[in-house]
Amino acid sequence: MIHIENLTKYYRDFCAVDHLNIDIDRGEIVGLLGPNGAGKTTTLKMLTGYFSPTEGDVRIKDISMSEKPLEIKKMIGYLPESAPFYHEMLVYDYLLYVSEIRGIPANKRFDRLWYLSDLCGLKGIMHKPIGELSKGLNQRVGLAHAMMGDPDILILDEPTQGLDPNQIVEIRNLIKKISKEKTIIFSTHILSEAEATCNRIIIINRGKIVADGKKDEIKEAAGNTTSLHLTLTNANPEDVLRELKTVDGVDHVRIERQLDESTVSVIITYPSTVDLRKAVYLKIKSMDWIVLNFYQEKQTLESIFHNLTLGSYKEN
Amino acid sequence: MRQFVSILKKELADYFFSPIAYIVIVIFLFVTGWLFFSTFFLFNQASMRNFFSLLPIIFSFVMPAITMRLFSEELRQGSYELLITLPLTHRNIIVGKFAAAVAMTVAMLLPTVLYPITISFMGDLDWGPVIGGYMGAVLLGGTFCAVGLFASSLTKNQIVAFIVSTLICISITLINEMLFFFPTQVLDVVQYLSADFHFRNISKGIVDSRDLIYFVSVIFISLYATRLSLAHKE
Repeated sequence: MIHIENLTKYYRDFCAVDHLNIDIDRGEIVGLLGPNGAGKTTTLKMLTGYFSPTEGDVRIKDISMSEKPLEIKKMIGYLPESAPFYHEMLVYDYLLYVSEIRGIPANKRFDRLWYLSDLCGLKGIMHKPIGELSKGLNQRVGLAHAMMGDPDILILDEPTQGLDPNQIVEIRNLIKKISKEKTIIFSTHILSEAEATCNRIIIINRGKIVADGKKDEIKEAAGNTTSLHLTLTNANPEDVLRELKTVDGVDHVRIERQLDESTVSVIITYPSTVDLRKAVYLKIKSMDWIVLNFYQEKQTLESIFHNLTLGSYKEN
Repeated sequence: MRQFVSILKKELADYFFSPIAYIVIVIFLFVTGWLFFSTFFLFNQASMRNFFSLLPIIFSFVMPAITMRLFSEELRQGSYELLITLPLTHRNIIVGKFAAAVAMTVAMLLPTVLYPITISFMGDLDWGPVIGGYMGAVLLGGTFCAVGLFASSLTKNQIVAFIVSTLICISITLINEMLFFFPTQVLDVVQYLSADFHFRNISKGIVDSRDLIYFVSVIFISLYATRLSLAHKE
C-alpha cells in the first residue's frame, strides 16, 4: 500500500534520512522508533508531502508523491508533533473548516463532526477556543482533524508526547479503536508505547533502518536471551563465578557489582527457551550462600533499542 | 474552487470576528476623513480628487497592516504545516488569502461612498472620476495586498513583514515624486513603475489598458513570488 523508495533528505550537508526503503501493507500499525534526531519526523514530513525529498519517492497505491501530491494528500490524515492550530478559532469552527477543505458534502458535515467528536471525546469542548485547551485535548482535536476525511492512512507524529499517563492510555486506546480499518504510522521514542500498540516496529538511527519487523522478530534477531539478576552474600566472588558456570545451560556469568567483601551482584544469561531458575536456586542452596535478590528479566525492547542506537550517543 | 472559498471564508472570519478589521477601518476612515474634509471647504469645489490623492500614501501603511499576519502567523504557530498537508494547492491558499485581503479593502472603502453622495448634494459632482477613482482604489489596494502577502510569506515575524511591505509600497508610491533624480533617458521607465502614476491616471476617470496591465502584472508577480518563497520553505 505504501512504498517508500530510496527516500533521502539532506539539510544542507547534514543527511537526516539516508536511502530508506520501506513497504507497508494495508492494516498495519507501524511504530517508527529512534532516538531524538534520528530522522523520524523528517521521514513523516516527507510521507505527508510537507517536505520534498532530496532523492527518492513515496508511492501510495501506485500513485507517486512527486507526480500527484494532491491525490496522495487526500488519502492521508496527519497529526503533526505538538498539533499546532489556530489558537483563536473554536474547536467546532476549526473542524468545520477542515471538513469543507476535505470536501465533505454540506449535508454530511454535521454527521461527520458528531461522529468524530464522539470518537475523540470532544463533545464538551466544541464551543471553546483551541488556544484555551489543555495539551491532551489539543491532541484529540488533532486526531479529529487527521481523521476528518476518513483517510486510509493515518500518520501521527509523537501522538502521546507531553501527555499525562491517563491521557496516554486514552490516546492509545483511541489509536487501537481506529486501527481496525486503517493503516497507521506513528513515531515515538517511548518504547512501551510502541510495544503496546504496534504490530510492526521500525527502529531508525541516523536516518537508516537498524531494525524492522514484528516485535518478536526483532527480539529474535537481536538474540533472544534471558538474564537472571542475583545478589548473594556470605559468598566469595571467585567461588560464585566458578560454581554458577557449572549450572547446565548457562551462557555467561558476570559480576555486576561487588558490594562488600562477601556480597556480590551477579548477572547470569541463558537462552530464553529454557528456564534455569530452579537449577540456579538448587546450586545456591548447596553452597550455603544467602540470597538477597533474585529476579529474571526477559530481553526487552528497551535493551534492544539501547544496543542498536547507543553508538550515536557515544559519538556525540 | 471549493477549497479557495473555504480559505477565503476562514480568513474573512478571522478579520471580522476579531478586532483587527474594525480597528483598521476606523483608523482609515478617521485619517482620510479628517485629511480630506479639513481642506475640502477651502477649495470650494465639489470634487473627490483630494480624497483619492491621499490613498496611495495611506494604503502604503494600511495594506501591510492588513496582510502582515496572513502567512507570518501560520509560519510562526506551525499551522502552515497543517495547511500544506491538507489536500490544497498552493494556488488555492495564496489566491484565497489574497481575495480575503482584497475583500477587506473593499469593506474599508465602502463607508467612504458616503462622501461623494454628500458632496453631490452640495454641488455639481462629476461622477466619472469618482467611479474611476474607486476602481483605481481597489486595484491599488489589491496591488499593495499582493505585495504585503509576499512580504508576509518571507518571515515568521509580523513586524518584519509589515516593515518590508511598507517599504516596497512607499517606494513604488513616492518614486513618482522623485523623478527629478533620474536621467531623462530612463524617466519613462521609472514613471511606468510608479503605482501612484497609474492610480492618478485612473482616478481622473480615464481607464487606460496600460494602467490596468500595470496593476494586474504587479499583482501577478507578487503572488508568484509568494509561491516561490513558500516553496523555498519546504
